[in-house]
Amino acid sequence: MSMKKILAAVLAASMVLGVMPMAVSADEAPESIKVGMVTDVGGVNDQSFNQSAWEGLQALGEENDAIEVNYLESATDADYASNIQTFIDEDYDLIICVGYMLADATREAAEANPDQKFAIIDDDSNADLENVACLMFSQEQASYLVGVVAGMMTETNTIGYVQGMVSDTMNLFGYGYIAGAQSVNPDVKVLQFNVNNFADAATASAGATEMITNGADIIYQAAGGSGAGVISACVDNGIYAIGVDTDQAYLAPETILTSAMKRVDIASQSISESVLEGEYVGGVHRYSLENGGVDISPTQDLLTDEVIAAVEEAKEAILSGEVVVPTTAEECPDFILE
Amino acid sequence: MDNKRTLLDVIADSKFIHTILSIIIGFIVGAIFLVVMGISVTDAYGTLLKSVFSSTKNISYCIVYGTPYIVVGLSVAFSFRTGVFNIGAEGQFVMGSMAACVVGILFGSLPSIILIPLCFLAAAAAGALWGVIVGFLKNKWGINEVLSMIMFNWTAFYLSNYIADFPAIHNEGSAEATRNVSEHARTLLPAGLIEKFNLCPTANWGILVAILLTIVIYFIIEKTTLGYELKAVGFNKSAAEYGGISVNRSILTALAISGALAGLGGSLQLLGMGGRISIFTSQEGFGFAGIVVALIGVSNPFGVLIAGLFYGALTYSGGKLNLVKAPTQVVDIIVGTVVFFIAISSIFGAVRYLKKSPQKGGR
Repeated sequence: MSMKKILAAVLAASMVLGVMPMAVSADEAPESIKVGMVTDVGGVNDQSFNQSAWEGLQALGEENDAIEVNYLESATDADYASNIQTFIDEDYDLIICVGYMLADATREAAEANPDQKFAIIDDDSNADLENVACLMFSQEQASYLVGVVAGMMTETNTIGYVQGMVSDTMNLFGYGYIAGAQSVNPDVKVLQFNVNNFADAATASAGATEMITNGADIIYQAAGGSGAGVISACVDNGIYAIGVDTDQAYLAPETILTSAMKRVDIASQSISESVLEGEYVGGVHRYSLENGGVDISPTQDLLTDEVIAAVEEAKEAILSGEVVVPTTAEECPDFILE
Repeated sequence: MDNKRTLLDVIADSKFIHTILSIIIGFIVGAIFLVVMGISVTDAYGTLLKSVFSSTKNISYCIVYGTPYIVVGLSVAFSFRTGVFNIGAEGQFVMGSMAACVVGILFGSLPSIILIPLCFLAAAAAGALWGVIVGFLKNKWGINEVLSMIMFNWTAFYLSNYIADFPAIHNEGSAEATRNVSEHARTLLPAGLIEKFNLCPTANWGILVAILLTIVIYFIIEKTTLGYELKAVGFNKSAAEYGGISVNRSILTALAISGALAGLGGSLQLLGMGGRISIFTSQEGFGFAGIVVALIGVSNPFGVLIAGLFYGALTYSGGKLNLVKAPTQVVDIIVGTVVFFIAISSIFGAVRYLKKSPQKGGR
């Protein structure tokens, strides 16, 4: 090979490589990273996904010296943008935005700062951006499993479902729960109530009490802070409740049968680690039964062996694809909230 | 010399010095808490200072945060001066921002020069209405205005959530919020200017409106017959009535102006900073912050202007305390202490009195 040819080859290669970094965002693994988390207005102690995400990150920061973690709380809707901006100005490597309320602020910041890596929980409207990882959960799968529990354990053939707000993301909880209950008990009646607020325990409690009056003996709540009202109504009336997001059994051990868990902590940890390892990619990251991103909680003391076996069976069926949990209103005609 | 002024006299007589002292005490108390928690005071206060002054971007953020506080502070200060305690600024603020939001969405195609004043008008009207209803209830049936205002705060809260749920207003995406108001309604500075001076993305000219309102309110209170009458009612209702001033009408006027100011504060926050209103899960607290600002500003319009900027700067920089692992609540402790010491201003007078008594006895 002549010198010229080698030179040409080298030049060509360097041109290719020169473009490459844009395409794969050429992540050399950094030695250490800073991960910043922006909460929604619920704050970091919301006993829900903000808290779960922060606990996950905190644990990660403690076990891995190369990862520094921090959070900023948003007091109002208008704080999202300035909190994100603070982390950008402080050269954070990854900014995790907790909750779909931050979707617009995240898009704005991600478009203005294409080199800044973002992750957002429960939102896929930013999936088209290369620098936003959308951490999505198959909450309908976990809800299906607790639906199986409710469908089998109800004695009145009437169960309740309380939802915090009606939206595509939130409705998934209802679809899964109803489908799960009906899969083991075709005659079960599912009473449904929309609090229309994630922090209104009083209204949630009133809704739950009405369900109990109408015969419900197990109520599942996917309602953020409002859920506490449902649980207290169930405690007061001596019926069972089902927890959500985290293992909520500690709130009322005699009342809470089990919980549909959404491992926001695991998701925040793994996206942070991917940045440290230089393997971060944008787009939708789905957390499902398959990768342990959602699951039924390990607390199952109040369940009979028969119920536990049925749950395991349902889990296998979902994993094998034999059962597909509904994700749209058309697939779940009995879901009536709007 | 009996009339020789001691240092203590000067402090007790000057509201300005008294306020500054209260602020210093606030920071000292904050520092004590930091030391107890084992956090470096220099780190924490360094972060506060740095987040305010280190760049034009930070300074502009503080001004953006401060703007609504100034105007709500004016609202409360005005009510203090006229003898009503406007604890309902929170609700008036919410009503004002929702009114501006609805106009900014529904009439979004109008040009800025018409749309923005229209938003301001709607906000002022909604805030004034929220204040006047309370005044009416007080005049007509003697219902205590503090009680009805607190309830009206919640009425506004839920009304705002209700309106935000209308299909024409609700966000097109999944967000639990209203749509963004039209670009024409935003009071943002031109992008070129923001880039040139490295300002924050939400830098807006609302601060000019706040300064203008400060001057107008100063003028009304100090230089007009209306202000004189309102103040007279504030000082002594019976005397004012004896002097031929209609107390009922004065209360209504005072609440209308105070409410309009709080409403305007809401629109300034919305059009400048937020761009949309979320479905509230808790009160955002702008109205209550207004009470703090009015107290720190000793109900003087220009004092409120400075106090509003101070509060805005503390709110913005305080949020960053987490970056040095200090709890953001330190800022609440500082503000709470400042208000406490301003509120007990009489203690300085008492100290002076105690100190003087033995002197007299000695002579």
